[in-house]
Parts: sequence; structure tokens; C-alpha cells
Amino acid sequence: MSGRTAVPREPTLTIYERSREGRRAFTPPRLDVPETPIEELLPHDAIRREPPALPEVSEPEIVRHYNNLSRKNFDLDTGFYPLGSCTMKHNPKLNERVAALPGHARLHPLQDPEYAQGALELMWNLERALSEISGLPHVSLQPSAGSHGELAGLLLTRAYHEDRGERRHKVLTPDTAHGTNPATVTMAGYEVVKVGTAPDGGVDLDDLRAKASDDVACLMLTNPNTLGLFDRNIEEIARIVHDVGGTLYYDGANLNAVMGISRPGDMGFDIVHFNLHKTFTQPHGGGGPGAGPIAVSDRIEPYLPCPRVVRREPANGKDAPRFDLEYACPKSIGRLRGFHGNFGVFVRAYAYIRSVGGDGLRDVSETAVLNANYLRALLAEEPIAEYLPIAFDRTCMHEFVLSGRGAREKLGIKTLDIAKRMLDHRVHPPTVYFPLLVDEALMIEPTETETKETLDRFAEIVREILEEAKEDPEIARNAPYSTPVRRLDEARAARQPIVRQPRQPGSGAER
Amino acid sequence: MEETYPDDLRYHAEHDWARIEGDHATFGVTWYAQDQLGEVVFFDPPEVGTEVVAGQAYAEVESVKAVSDVIAPLSGEIVEVNEALRESPERVNDDPYGEGWMVKVRLSDPAEVDELMDAAAYRETIGKS
Repeated sequence: MSGRTAVPREPTLTIYERSREGRRAFTPPRLDVPETPIEELLPHDAIRREPPALPEVSEPEIVRHYNNLSRKNFDLDTGFYPLGSCTMKHNPKLNERVAALPGHARLHPLQDPEYAQGALELMWNLERALSEISGLPHVSLQPSAGSHGELAGLLLTRAYHEDRGERRHKVLTPDTAHGTNPATVTMAGYEVVKVGTAPDGGVDLDDLRAKASDDVACLMLTNPNTLGLFDRNIEEIARIVHDVGGTLYYDGANLNAVMGISRPGDMGFDIVHFNLHKTFTQPHGGGGPGAGPIAVSDRIEPYLPCPRVVRREPANGKDAPRFDLEYACPKSIGRLRGFHGNFGVFVRAYAYIRSVGGDGLRDVSETAVLNANYLRALLAEEPIAEYLPIAFDRTCMHEFVLSGRGAREKLGIKTLDIAKRMLDHRVHPPTVYFPLLVDEALMIEPTETETKETLDRFAEIVREILEEAKEDPEIARNAPYSTPVRRLDEARAARQPIVRQPRQPGSGAER
Repeated sequence: MEETYPDDLRYHAEHDWARIEGDHATFGVTWYAQDQLGEVVFFDPPEVGTEVVAGQAYAEVESVKAVSDVIAPLSGEIVEVNEALRESPERVNDDPYGEGWMVKVRLSDPAEVDELMDAAAYRETIGKS
């Protein structure tokens, strides 16, 4: 920090900006067999006319580049990450080890099922486990993200209604819904109808009854919802929607709160998606592969994506069962993606489910709920509650929502300022400004993998930020100070996005 | 800019204002609305000729926080839109009652104006009386 000893930081360069013509990280051995012209090895249309624009850098430069970039990141392996509705729990390292086994990692997706029996069995077993957890009998692993699972769910809903000769146009979503729900509705060609929230934080039943009609195809619901509250009227909600012939879709983003305790299938849902990267410890983000499997009820099953993983019992009743891919699904909505999904994700999720076991999953959910309620109680103490009151004061599930209205009015700092100041305390901020019905919302989900000491420290940090703002609100308003970059210009990033690396003169990228 | 609610405008509870000029009106969002939205990053003006209905959405505005509906305070037909907001949506934040205007409308039922609030009544609804 001292002005005299500080040396200016090296500017952050992209890997292309480090490129110099002719540099290599790897030199292959000299060719010691007769060279075959590439035209004889590849069909004409598969041969590039010009080389790809790859950066030309040495191996130590590559290592330093990505190592330094990773140090600028904040991730779950660095510190506390209580991002509401995202379930940022620890990703067990065991899962990585299992997924990296060559039989998993190097399996070709076009391998004949006969020679991929282990992989198919793992997928089949994962489907059975997800079926048991959700209380719905049939599963497809194809969708590649939660939002993709949602889209699959509405395409299934459409196929179900059309197969019965019905055309319906509307899908109901509560005003607390994840933003992906209304987006999915629009993408699937339906009209969004918002349902209001009752004073207890659940669905407004009168509003739901008024909007339920024979033009309603589906209700999409998260339970517990994005306020972290379990909707106690769920059976009545299911009855209202089923009485008008609609399907019930369960957004599984908040499944971490209820595993082994209550099941969407038992609540009356027809379709549920699982975020394997949330509840089932597949690492988040980074643009990497995801998975959003769906489980469905008997009446939706004929329309599931194709092909299906099937287990064929032996004819003689003695041999081991065989696993296969079934392509004969006449009413299916079809394929949702190439190949069979992101297999490495399935391995990690299955490893997690098997390593904690059925009782362990229940323990996961109970601890997640306990941790959330402990933190909720700590943050309800004065002086925090004066500035960040809880939006709906009830025992919560795995997450809860505070309102930053008091801090804005009494201290002159916004939720965004509090979030940015947390970064200086080496904590990732919670989800902010969502759900929209809570003014200046902070949505906090500690998860089951954090210790009491971490939760105590988080509450202490919130208290320190508020006390500091009483003395000088400018500190929070200008935060963060200690991160690799200061406050980002989000508005300019949205208005003038630069999403392509400009080509560099004198580098491989130029060609 | 400073928080203001000009006296010559009429207000709708969904944080929209209307400047009435005979049987025409200009619509926009209030200072409170732009403050709640945060920095506006995108506004897609509706087509000229579109019919708008009082209390219903006629456009969407996107900020760094969320995408929100913009509600028509009065009914009528859109006769002009603020094309400049396509390139400079920040005008909604910088000058909500001036350069941040959104559409001009030929009113189909000028009597609806009586349903709208004056500045004092609107300030009361947002707790700024």
C-alpha cells in the first residue's frame, strides 16, 4: 500500500496479446516415417484453407498466464460464497478423481453401447437415484442446464396437451420466480401470466384461482421459493392447477433444502429439473459443461427426449442385465442435444450421491436449513436488523432474503455498496437485487458445507460494514479497494460489450 | 440529477409520468423509477402506430439490475418515439423528464387524465411527502 515501495502492476494481457510469431510451447519430434499428404487423410471440405488463429507462446508463459488469471478470481476454493438460489457448496475432490479415471474421461460418445456398458449403467443408476430423490418415476439426463431442463419441461407440457387434442396458451409463474422461468415460457412460445405473492411469502391462492383456466398449460413453481420459504399450501396449489388440466413444473434450483424430506412428485408435480451443479456438487460456471436432468410423472413419460437409456433383463434370467440406448420413442419431443449429455457431470453427481448416501442427502438438507436459520438469527440482531431487515420474518429453508432499504435510507448506502465492500473482507457477496419484489434485496444461502465460525465471521463483517458506513458512507460507496479490479462499469459493459479478442498485429491471430 | 417530481406533470402509481398537451401526451418514467432501476442499459422503443392501454405495458426497459415493463399512464396511439434512447439509454437516468422521454401518444380518452395523480399525491405514494 505504501506509495514509495509500490511497483506498478503489470497490465493484464490476454493470451493473444502475449503471442509472438514462431514461439512454441511444444516441439514435436522430427517425422521419421514417410509423410502422407493431408489430402489423402481428410475429406476436402474438412481441410482448413488457412491455419487457425492460435496464440504463439512458450510453455512457461502459458503456465504463468493462467496461474495469474486464476489468482485474480474469487471462487469457492478461496472463500465463503453465499450466493442465494445458486447453492455454492463445496465440490468434493473425490468427484474430480473419479471423473478423471480414463474409462470415464476418455470414453468416445460414439462408442457402441455394447462397449460402453459401464457408462450406460452409471447413467441408468443416476436416473434411478434422481427418480427416488424427486418422487417421479422417469428421468432424462439430456438437458444441459437448469434453463434447458425448463425448456424441456415446457416442450413436454406442450406435447402432452397436443396429444390430447388441446391447445393451451398460458403458463403461470409466481412473481418470485427465477428469471429463467418467464424467459423459458416466452422461448417455448407460451404467454407468461404472473401470480402474486401472499403476505406470508407464498403463492397468493386467490390470485392463482382467478388466473387458473382451461387455457393454462402449466404452473412453474420453486418450492421452497426464492424467498427461501416453503409454500405450505402446495397441495392446494397442485389441486387448483390439476383441476384446470394444467401440468405442474418444479424448478429444482432450491432442491438442496428438501432432499430426503419432501419430494416434488409427492407434492403433485409432473416435471422437475435438477441442477447438478447446485445440489449435486458439480462445479459451477466458467462456461464449462452443465447438466439439468428432468424427472417426470407417468402421464408425461411418453414424450421424454430420445434416445432413452434402458436396462434389458436377460432372456434366460441368469446373465447380467445389458444396458442400451432406445431410439424407438414415437411420441418423444426428440433429441435436445448432441450425443448423451455431459457425461463427466453425471459421474461427479453420481459419485456425490453414492458417497453421501440416502441418509447423507437428508443430512445435507437439514444442515443447509440449520445453517441458513442460524445465520438469519445472527443477522436479525441489532444493529444489523435496523438497516437490513428480513423481508419475510419466518423460519426459512436453505436461504433467506434481507432488504437493504434501511441502509439506503438511514446510511445512504445501497445494497450494491454493501456487496462491493464485502469483497474487501474476502467474502463473495450474496445474490443482490433479486427477487425483485424485495426492495434492495440481499439473498443469502450459506449451504451445509460452511462452519459455524465462517457464519459468525460473515455476520461480523456485515456489522462492521454498517458501523463503518455510519461514520463514513463514502467507504462503502467506493468499494472495493483490494480486489484486482475496482468497481466495474456494468452499464458500459452492457451498452458496449466487446466480446471478441481484437486481432493482434505480429501474432498468430493475425493470419 | 436531484430527486424531483415536476408540478406540471401527472403521475401513475407504476412510476410513470405524463405531460399533457391538449389531446396528446408525452410519457416517461419518474426519478424514483430510474433510481430504483439503476443504470439503464437498453430501451427498445415500440412502433409508431401501436395502441397503448392505460395500466398496461407498452415497452421494456433494461437496467444493470433487471428488465422491467414500462406502464402506460393513459390510453391512445403512439405517434412518436424517442429514437435517441436506442443509442443513449442513459438519458433515462440523466434527464428522466426531458431527454429521457419515451413516447408521444394521441389520447383516445382524455378523461383518463383525471385518474392520474398530481406531484404531491405521487410523492406521498413513494413516501417522499
